[in-house]
Amino acid sequence: MTDRALELAAPETPRSWVRRPASYWGGVATRLARDPVTLICAAILLAIVLVVIFAPLIGLDDPYQQSVVRRLKPPGTPGHLLGTDELGRDLLARLVYGGRTSLLMGFLPVLIATLVGGTLGIVAGYAGGLINTAVMRTIDVFYAFPSVLLAVAISGVLGGGVRNGLLALTLVFIPSIARVSESITMHVSTQDFVDAARATGAYPHQILIGHVLKNVVAPILVFASSLISISIVIAAGLSFLGLGVAPPIPEWGLMLSTLRPAIYVAPLNAVLPGVMIFVTSMCFNMMSDGFRNAMDVKA
Amino acid sequence: MLLFAVKRLLYVLPIALGVSVICFMLVYLAPGDPASALIPDNTPPAIAAQIREAYGFDKPVPVQYLRWLSRVLAGDLGTSTSTRRPVLSEVLPAMLNTFKLAGGAILIACIAGIALGAAGAYRGGRLSDRAIGAVGIAGISVPPYWLGMVLIVVFSVNLGILPATGMGEQQTLGDQLRHLVLPTLTLAVVPAGIIARSVRSAVGEILQQEFVQTLHANGLPPARVFLHVARNAAPPALAVLGLEFARLLGGSILVETVFSWPGSGFLLNSAIFSRDLPVVQGTVLALAMFFVVTNVIVDLLQMAFDPRFKRARAAVARR
Repeated sequence: MTDRALELAAPETPRSWVRRPASYWGGVATRLARDPVTLICAAILLAIVLVVIFAPLIGLDDPYQQSVVRRLKPPGTPGHLLGTDELGRDLLARLVYGGRTSLLMGFLPVLIATLVGGTLGIVAGYAGGLINTAVMRTIDVFYAFPSVLLAVAISGVLGGGVRNGLLALTLVFIPSIARVSESITMHVSTQDFVDAARATGAYPHQILIGHVLKNVVAPILVFASSLISISIVIAAGLSFLGLGVAPPIPEWGLMLSTLRPAIYVAPLNAVLPGVMIFVTSMCFNMMSDGFRNAMDVKA
Repeated sequence: MLLFAVKRLLYVLPIALGVSVICFMLVYLAPGDPASALIPDNTPPAIAAQIREAYGFDKPVPVQYLRWLSRVLAGDLGTSTSTRRPVLSEVLPAMLNTFKLAGGAILIACIAGIALGAAGAYRGGRLSDRAIGAVGIAGISVPPYWLGMVLIVVFSVNLGILPATGMGEQQTLGDQLRHLVLPTLTLAVVPAGIIARSVRSAVGEILQQEFVQTLHANGLPPARVFLHVARNAAPPALAVLGLEFARLLGGSILVETVFSWPGSGFLLNSAIFSRDLPVVQGTVLALAMFFVVTNVIVDLLQMAFDPRFKRARAAVARR
């Protein structure tokens, strides 16, 4: 009942003859709309993702169908737009189906690591004190490993495979996301408006959700988005080393590795999977940069 | 300043200890227990137990860790299960080979990155700045193992002017250098992109500061102004540089595989596939420790170079 007294009637907003200032997200959208490079990259990525998702519906060859007589046909061969691989399988079909595995292996670790690392970082940054020390010093130890080394070591020792690769990559990304989240949260929770909320008697959970979380999520997501390209490159790299996906499953890194001996006879076919890795990774980076600028994130 | 340096140095100890724990635990992550790698199948249980005892696998894990740590501190990383040689004598020459690669790569990355980044900052916002930015992004996006293949296709297969794989004959320096070119270039691209981007933002930030305008207004020639800018941009650039060098040592594994370069990454990769756990453990430990130490050196160097640190020290001295 006492709470009712605080529910003052909201002051009537004057009919706006002055244009209302655009909201934060409105401003972000406007800035994005004026950034053709980011839009183009987003469109390319969207196209790749759509093609990959609807792969069974677009009438591709069977990516597993081998043929001894059609090995390493050059791109442009009738029936095989991008040629065939070392076992005579259609390269276009394998690139499209390979995209499913590669994109998933690039995206999933960043997603999980953002959830885990972000939570750890926000809690550590908001709680401070002993909790902060305990969490962040543990994170520091994992951060003391070069990322590729840690990914290779963990997935290698565990014995390779998709699951172990995903696990290794997730472990690699948690420390950096946690570190960034912690510093952003620290910065936000020492701002005046948080003190003001505390002074007016807001509960800790209200402050955490309503004031801190609202302001840290966007920069954390921007940082996480910049990791997707690294994740795609390292994930494909694990498969390239033979530690990720097992043949005959199509995957860009693995395709690159099995086609490697063919660089002397069919160099164009051999480098194609790498082109896909490069293009997606570059588009993700460009897009992440665009979002960073549009959202005016300093981190 | 000295206090800060001592603090920073002391802070290494817990990190190094943590790193050693993770490296130790690596062996326990492996499927099956670590002793089983040493014991051939269908060994009589009595002999298996003897082997376990000989290697100390019957002790509790913390005790095993401490025994392992004391051996490591004495310079004994164990014995390779596949070559029966001490791990250290496998890891050290491999790391030396990786050093050659990473050293050359960081040199190229440094020159290219600083030149591109500074040029971009000076052309701030113009088309050339954006083009350089795009080159930087391309640099950090490229999968190095693929770039290595492309370079082999172009320079070894098509042009036939550079060797594709291996280290070359140990005798002739020229041959060794020729073998170094492609892997070094490949390895240099990602750090070059990263350095270019951070130099671009560091120099860009400094160019906007008032002291630069003041220097210009005082009639200092642009070249002299640039010296001031460079001095202020150097610490962050140096930090990135050191970090990237350390990262190259751990990250060269993919490039070494493409070029069959007998470095630490190549060693790690082959050890993983022959399930030679002591070598895996030793290589990871050595590389990670190097990474930790490099980070400290970078921090200390940054401190020594940063004019702001000096100014703060001078202010303290004056008081």
